[in-house]
Order: sequence, then structure tokens, then C-alpha cells
Amino acid sequence: MSAPELIDPKPRIRSGRTRRKAERWSWMFMRLSGLVLVLLIFTHLTVNLVLGEGVSQIDFAFVAGKWADWWWQVADFLMLLLAMLHGGNGMRLLINDYAHSKAWRSALMGVLHLSMVVVIVLGSLVIWTFDPCPVDADMSLLPSFCEDVLQ
Amino acid sequence: MTATADATTPAGEVPSFEVTLRIRRMNPEGTSDHAAGEEYWEEFKIQAHATDRVLDALHKVKWDLDGSLAFRRSCAHGVCGSDAMRINARNRLACKTLLKDLNPAKPILIEPIKGLPVEKDLIVDMEPFFASYREIMPFLMTDGPAPERERLQTPAERERFEDTTKCIMCAACTSACPVFWTDGQFFGPQAIVGAHRFIFDSRDEGQWDRLEILNDKAGVWKCRTAFNCTEACPRGIEVTKAISEVKKALNTGEI
Ligand code: SF4
Ligand code: FES
Repeated sequence: MSAPELIDPKPRIRSGRTRRKAERWSWMFMRLSGLVLVLLIFTHLTVNLVLGEGVSQIDFAFVAGKWADWWWQVADFLMLLLAMLHGGNGMRLLINDYAHSKAWRSALMGVLHLSMVVVIVLGSLVIWTFDPCPVDADMSLLPSFCEDVLQ
Repeated sequence: MTATADATTPAGEVPSFEVTLRIRRMNPEGTSDHAAGEEYWEEFKIQAHATDRVLDALHKVKWDLDGSLAFRRSCAHGVCGSDAMRINARNRLACKTLLKDLNPAKPILIEPIKGLPVEKDLIVDMEPFFASYREIMPFLMTDGPAPERERLQTPAERERFEDTTKCIMCAACTSACPVFWTDGQFFGPQAIVGAHRFIFDSRDEGQWDRLEILNDKAGVWKCRTAFNCTEACPRGIEVTKAISEVKKALNTGEI
């Protein structure tokens, strides 16, 4: 009988380490964007649903009135961007956890990134190229300041 | 003084009761009723005392009822960390869990810890768990010549990592972690506890090597603070707190 040979513990298995700081920034981003999102979303909900006439006030004129103000455009754009990046990053972590085969992983990642890009691009287009007073529209549906603009 | 014997429970005798153990079993070679590798539940009824632990009940099964039941244990007193198992859906040490604390009126469910491959019955392959531990280099790393006498540190410096020195490597925390169950690459809470013990030790100089390893894709950032590990630890180590301290050191660059 002989004792089992002791193996030097130093040579160690390397895990596939890629971009060294990426995960730390992702973690940080999630906390910070989460905080900002809480503020943005609660302001959004209060202004749209609680103040004024509440939910019944929301129509084209209401939205147009808000976006005539650059401040609301910035706030909404920020909310769109952060919500998509925050949610997208969360989905990325879930895919990393649950999709084990390479094929599944790249397929799901592809769909995720594509949908993020599409939503962010479409959303930004709507926010930044929005016209509150389209010509030929029914005047009763438009915000009050359009009368000066269109006449 | 004369002792008056009670008719039902004589003085000094611990009351006994019947308990049912429902054990998750697997035999890699198969039995007459079950195919090789098939997992199934089997029930055993035993007579137990209020002072008996789950480990004693398992012993009774193995010694008197079915010698083929396989489980690990060594010290039987919560020191060696061999007998972590899933008892009534929570990870505990069989030798530190009293039957009477588990509601013996109902069958007691005993399963192997989750997330590690089962070898037989309650025995799992611990190699992936140990591999993660090895990867964080759990040994003192220093520069320069060794001092003539022991390396001194103040009680306050020692206090810094006191909690994580208590780990007995039972794997209760790692096998309770939902991230470890699903993703299969995460180092797991125990490896981070093991790293914490050296990172915050004033005598050690390999902190940044270890922190860099934990900064990895499979490192601390995978932790979602589910607190399962802290709840599971039979040594009462605040595992989630230790993990957060490692995250903080990485974020601030200060130890
Ligand atoms: S930290 Fe606690 S639960 Fe985890 S291996 Fe160590 S003693 Fe066991
Ligand atoms: S047998 Fe040693 S810890 Fe339970």
C-alpha cells in the first residue's frame, strides 16, 4: 500500500476569460440604470395617469403637447434607451444562464440584439421626428397651439 | 431519595417515535427493480428518539434495513462537511439536523445536493466544486523572504476575514445557488468565500490575482443576491455579505 501521490495545486484550470472588465460594467450599469429608470417611470406614470384628468386625458393632443417640450423628448428618449438596454442586458444574462448549446445561444442572442436595435431605432425616430401639428389633420384632435402654427 | 419510576416513560428515557424517511436513490449498476442510473424514491420506517439526528436515522437504515444505501459522513459532529444533503428541500448537514425539528409526523425527504452529478444515492461528484476552489488559489501567497517568526496581525485585521475562515467546504451553499444550478460555469458561493478568506487577510499578497479571477465572466458578477447560500450555510457564515465585499473591492479598487 502506498499513499496517493499529492498533486501540486498550483497549475489551475483556466475558465474562458474574455473582455476583462465587461461583466463589472454590466453589473454597474444595471444598478445605475435601474435607479434612473425608477425615477423616470414614476414621473412618467404620475404625469400621465395621476395629475390633471388622469388616464382619460391621454390622446394625440396630450402626447403632442408633451413632446413639444424638448425636456419631455429627452426624458422619454432616456427612458426608452435605458429600459431597452437594462431589459436587454437582463435577457442576455438569462440566455447565458439557460442556453447551453452554442447554436441556441447565438440564435437567441441574435434575436435579442436585433429586437433591441429595431425598438430603439423606431422609438427614437418617433420621439425626434414627431410632428405635433400634421397638415390636413382634424383640428379638434390636435393640441391647442397648432392653431397658431397651421394658420 | 428514592426515584419513582413512571409507568410509561422511565426516568431518564428519551421518548421514541416512528419516522418515515423518503430517500432519493440511484444505483449506477441498477437493482432488481430499477434500471441502472434510474432515480427513484424509497421509503423506510424507523423508530427514533427525540435526540436522534437525520444522520442517526440514515445509519439505522443502512445498518439494519438496507446496507446498499450510500451516503457520505465522517465526523458526525458538523466539522468535516461530508454530509450536506437536501433535507425537506433545504440544504443541511444530516449530522446537525434533529429529526424532532423536522415535523416527524410527515415523511422526511432526503435528496442529494443539487447541481452536482449524482454518483450513487446521496453521494455526488464534488470535483466541479473543488475545481472552482482550486482556481481561486486557496493558499497563502507572499513576496520576499519568509520572516523568522510568525507573521503577526492585529485582532482587528484578523476580524476582517474571521467569518469566512469557518467554512468546512460542505458545498451546501454552492449547491443551493440557483445560478450554479442553471448555468454550470459559475464559481459558486464557496469559492468566493474561500477567496474572501485570503483577499482580506493582511498577511496575504495575492489579493489582486484572486480578485482578477473573480472578476471573470464566471465570477462574482454572476451572483444575483438570492441569499440561498447564506440560508444554507451550516456554519452560519454570511456568504452573501462576503460576496458583496468582494464586489465592492473590485468596484472601488480598495481592500
Ligand atoms: S460557506 Fe458554509 S455552506 Fe458553503 S461550503 Fe462553507 S461551510 Fe458549507
Ligand atoms: S459528518 Fe462531518 S459534518 Fe456531518
